[in-house]
Amino acid sequence: MLRPGRWRGAAWGTAALAVVPLAVLGTFFLYPVSGMVARGFWPDGSFDPGGVAEVLGRERIHRVLWFTLWSAGLATLFSVLLGVPVAYALHRLRFPGQALLRTLIVVPFVMPTVVAGVAFRQLIARSGPLGGLGLDGTPTAIIAALVFFNVSVVVRTVGSFWEGLDRRTEEAAAALGASPWQVFRTVTAPALLPAVASAASVVFLFCSTSFGIVLTLGGLRYANVETEIYQLTTQELDLQAAAALSVLQIALVTGLLLVSARARTRGAALSRTAPVGRRPGRRDVLVLVWTALVVGFLMTPLVSLVLGSLRTDAGWSLDNYRALQTEGAGNALLVTATRALATSFEVAVQAAAIALVLGAVVAYLVSRRPRSRSGRRMLGAFDGAFMLPLGVSAVTLGFGFLITLNRPPLDLRTSALLLPLAQAMVALPLVVRTLAPVLSSIDPRQREAASSLGAGPFRVALSVDLPHAWRAVVAAVGFAFAVSLGEFGATSFLARDDDPTLPVVIFRLISHPGSENFGMALAASVLLAAATGAVMLAVDRFRVGSMGAF
Amino acid sequence: MSGSAGTLTVRDLTVRFDDGRRGTVVAVDAVDLDLPPGSVTAVLGPSGCGKSTLLRAIAGLERSDRGVIAYGGADLAGTPVHRRGFALMFQDGQLFPHADVAANIGYPLRLRRRRRAEVRARVGELLDLVGLDGYAARMPATLSGGERQRVALARALAVEPRLLLLDEPFSALDRGMRERLAAEVADILRRAGTTSLVVTHDHEEAFAVADRIAVMRAGELVQVGGLAEVWAAPVDASAAELLGYDTVVAGEGAALLGRLVGGDTGEADWDAVALRRSALVLDGSGPLAGVVRAARATPDLVRLELDVDGLGRVSGVADLGQVVAVGQHVRLGVRADRLAALESKN
Repeated sequence: MLRPGRWRGAAWGTAALAVVPLAVLGTFFLYPVSGMVARGFWPDGSFDPGGVAEVLGRERIHRVLWFTLWSAGLATLFSVLLGVPVAYALHRLRFPGQALLRTLIVVPFVMPTVVAGVAFRQLIARSGPLGGLGLDGTPTAIIAALVFFNVSVVVRTVGSFWEGLDRRTEEAAAALGASPWQVFRTVTAPALLPAVASAASVVFLFCSTSFGIVLTLGGLRYANVETEIYQLTTQELDLQAAAALSVLQIALVTGLLLVSARARTRGAALSRTAPVGRRPGRRDVLVLVWTALVVGFLMTPLVSLVLGSLRTDAGWSLDNYRALQTEGAGNALLVTATRALATSFEVAVQAAAIALVLGAVVAYLVSRRPRSRSGRRMLGAFDGAFMLPLGVSAVTLGFGFLITLNRPPLDLRTSALLLPLAQAMVALPLVVRTLAPVLSSIDPRQREAASSLGAGPFRVALSVDLPHAWRAVVAAVGFAFAVSLGEFGATSFLARDDDPTLPVVIFRLISHPGSENFGMALAASVLLAAATGAVMLAVDRFRVGSMGAF
Repeated sequence: MSGSAGTLTVRDLTVRFDDGRRGTVVAVDAVDLDLPPGSVTAVLGPSGCGKSTLLRAIAGLERSDRGVIAYGGADLAGTPVHRRGFALMFQDGQLFPHADVAANIGYPLRLRRRRRAEVRARVGELLDLVGLDGYAARMPATLSGGERQRVALARALAVEPRLLLLDEPFSALDRGMRERLAAEVADILRRAGTTSLVVTHDHEEAFAVADRIAVMRAGELVQVGGLAEVWAAPVDASAAELLGYDTVVAGEGAALLGRLVGGDTGEADWDAVALRRSALVLDGSGPLAGVVRAARATPDLVRLELDVDGLGRVSGVADLGQVVAVGQHVRLGVRADRLAALESKN
């Protein structure tokens, strides 16, 4: 009845389980990225760090770096300023219509970057509704678009944290004679700070690695590190410079990730009470007006995008949508936009499946608590490795794919899995971040109880982990699917001209002259936004707290 | 598969923890323990003494650094938790929140692929055993703490485990419920004949459930034996304290008590004596004299703090009817069954 040796076998099983995602990560992330890095340091097969130093000394690179930093910094500042009062209104108060507002707030975050870029361009173009402001091609437009994207990150992260703060601490302060402002300043704000810091660092990360927005709105004058890498590789073929910038970016971003992880763990040790919202009183009027303005700001580009897509030179019409079945004016495309949408769906299904399988395994392993210190350390490193794609620019990844997976033993240039794999790598950290907190929150004694009653490891996962986490699984799949639908950075390198995805098509359309192509780009953007939005809203119904919060 | 007589033997069991900055902590230190078939053994110790780790190691949830855990002579080192045929019951039950009572209790049966009708019948039997008829369809969230523990017990007993491990099974309950459930569980375990190990910090709980007691301190078992035996002769002062003794009197006082109590039996030379709170009783014809320093009425009796000549500060009791005032000089009797001589001073 007893089978000695099986226990040791279980440990080997765990190790074997870890090997699968590690192998995929190694092959389809570390290998391409390091291939890209190697291009910078070994330009002709010999080690030449001087070349990298030379690149980083260029005046143009300095300009790019400086722009990256200050645009991301300002965008982060504004996102926090706009977001924190909204977080209060949506997570500490209770009023009718709140659920709808919470949903609307998330919409921009899940919009593909290309769609947001197109929406802003349409809004501020000389012929657009806000054309009179003369914002076209200015940094203001870029920053506004970045804020548009990231307000929801602040609202979600700070809001879910705020919701869990024990109100009785504030009530105790009030009972001791603190005015509402004093309560906020002395009790709430210090408690909130870790969440705000965590949100801000993530927003800064997103802003400084933003690709689609800066590429569509920056024109030729403004570039950040990410678009510069793109320009250097695709336009100027200066691979060494591109690789040097990638290395710099990886270093900066890894540092930022560490900071945000710190902020996250510092904030984690808080007692959580059942959230009960307060009905808004008179002193909340300002916050509610602020919330309305922010939601208005977020909705304006989207509404304007929809309206713009319904207009042609001849007035209101559906011609832009009809044009989706063509190759565009002047044959801007090789395939129809509807065909590209089909491709996008197909790729997204595969990418989501890959990301889910890998992400579930990683989250499952990460949520275990090994007893030995070395075990914990190994697990921490394992966890960190799968966060790397968050920090490495998708452009670097896409380009790395191109230059490393193009020759034996891995010649995947023509493989249909190339694009799904790249997108799965981009979505993987989000899947892990959605699943892991849910799995970690399960009392380990639940698994121990099941185990002691006779359930093997697989059976334990099935009867304890799955019932707790199935909502998160659904949410993670939807999240990965939406991310993949809108992915542009890596895809811009890897999508084949004769079989592009919809974001690539949209970018190509706005790069071509002609109002018909622009109108078609608007219609395609609406389509892509609707597809992404529908997936995210469906997923949002599952109310998984960890989704979209960092 | 179950019930077949087998003794669980633990020899030289040592479990160390890697405790980050502070280095290694020895949670269980060279423990020897035997659990004879059908016995209910309580491991009694203060929190942090390693008793839960001992239980978890026996369950297979902690890896031992040294020593042997064997059942019926077969070493369990290579046997994972789910193949040991033991069952573990936690302080808060750890019912599966997404499954109803019947599904929770039937869980281990379904794991063993029993037929559906058989599962249903056995679940009914178990519900009856723990006094929860009609609760089959309830969800765990709707149960009281005591009901949850009953369900957890039924779930643990469902497949007649070779050994039942209970980790502080009643400490999450309020006092009245704790006493009632402890008595019932003792009864259920005896009727089922299940070999059990209960880990607790509460001597009353241990007293109510167990027939054998192991006193644990700082990772070591300091005393193991039958309930009455351990109770009557704690190995030292701190064991006495764990067992619910109130004070330890040493030296002259111990000798005095020895003469008063042990005089007839010839055990006159005691070094130290542990007293329960009710060892001294207000008694006009008692042999001891003292002064009342404090008196507090409880529903059953009056608890006294006394300054007793030759003993010092000790506790005592009086009947509710007796009039006691602070500062009053009183005579006191000694109840021999409420005190225990300690073998030697440490």
